[in-house]
Amino acid sequence: MIAVIDYGAGNLFSVCNALSYLNIAHTVTSDAKEVDRADAVILPGVGAFPPAMQALGEVGLTGTVRENAKKKPLLGICLGMQMLFDRSDEMGDCAGLGLIPGEVRRIPSDRVIIPHMGWNELVITQDCPLLQGIESPVFTYFVHSYQAFCEDENIVAFADYDGKVPALVTDGQYVFGAQFHPEKSGEQGLMMLRNFERMTI
Amino acid sequence: MLAKRIIPCLDVRHGKVVKGINFEGVRDVGDPVECAAEYNRQGADEIVFYDIVASYEGRGTFLDVVRETAKRVFVPLTVGGGIATVGDMREALRAGADKISINSAAVKNPQLISEGAEIFGSQCIVIGIDAKRNKEGGFTVYVNGGRVAMPVDLLDWVVEVEQRGAGEICLNSIDTDGVRGGFDIEMLQAVCSRVRIPVIASGGAGKLSDFATVFQETTVTAALAASLFHFGELTVPEVKADCRAKGIAMR
Repeated sequence: MIAVIDYGAGNLFSVCNALSYLNIAHTVTSDAKEVDRADAVILPGVGAFPPAMQALGEVGLTGTVRENAKKKPLLGICLGMQMLFDRSDEMGDCAGLGLIPGEVRRIPSDRVIIPHMGWNELVITQDCPLLQGIESPVFTYFVHSYQAFCEDENIVAFADYDGKVPALVTDGQYVFGAQFHPEKSGEQGLMMLRNFERMTI
Repeated sequence: MLAKRIIPCLDVRHGKVVKGINFEGVRDVGDPVECAAEYNRQGADEIVFYDIVASYEGRGTFLDVVRETAKRVFVPLTVGGGIATVGDMREALRAGADKISINSAAVKNPQLISEGAEIFGSQCIVIGIDAKRNKEGGFTVYVNGGRVAMPVDLLDWVVEVEQRGAGEICLNSIDTDGVRGGFDIEMLQAVCSRVRIPVIASGGAGKLSDFATVFQETTVTAALAASLFHFGELTVPEVKADCRAKGIAMR
């Protein structure tokens, strides 16, 4: 059973639609006990960083997500991925979950269209269970104006957008983050969600 | 490298797909959920549903179409037509839309853009614009399906929608729409040079090479077409193959 954290994120229903389509057992919850019981956790998210961290705090799950990330697979999606890092400077400085070292800042290039919106190819730099069985080229759907800045060892794949945009990140253990939307990235995105479920077995 | 997007648009009336040529003379062509699933199979990068009746009575049926599609199609879905309030936006997003396209209502009440961006995030606010050349050599914004001219200059309007937090602009040229002579390169170039948000080209695609041309001659990040794909004259894979052969990044 995968717990999809419900703190008012806009892409919650899209994520659930994809999990239902794949017949992956999941529950949408803001109950800490249910998250504790789950085999894995998905943290969705769209919008701005500070209100999302605040909303997660208001449903009382900030600590729960941090604790669960030490013992079972956690997948943060889009803003949910950015929230895994130490901090973001979107709308002023704001602390994140601190599960992967690094910070979130605006996409630095002044030569590209912002937001980074559309399908970009993943440049895969490390093996990752989420990418198992997925053949290159891997294109996924992005829409964001801020990006993570972190060590290469935490980057599994990046996208080239006049610079390196961390696309798939990990703490090397249970924590994974996708800057793109696997639930909106066609067959290849669905395979990543399937692979995530397999990690719970 | 970011791929350019090919976006089929499905006009929906009473739960069925239609396509109006120059917004008039409509032909009924089938089940929108099936059409969307087929476009998804063909490799469409996004799908747009447009409620052409946009009546209060028909809203439920239209949103059912969106809801059913969102359960089966896993690429971004944009929903437009008759969205005039924050409540309409919320309803469409809850039905499974990833983005909402606002056109006439945004021109009449620009505050709607700011409110939508504030509440739901810029990423889901697409501003649809219908524009036409005027006698002074500029471009005028039209509303109500391209029927009513507004005292609004296109190039001022696109700057305002960006400032108000729109995430994307879908620009339809009334001059080229339905004519099938190619996208309106001049109008698109003018708009692309004014804003930094993504611009989608709409209106005028008539043959295979029109897509590669618009990507080569403007900085639009996506091209949208309806009837061309809909009646099977061209398929999404054909368009993508032609663009790829010309060195344009495609998924």
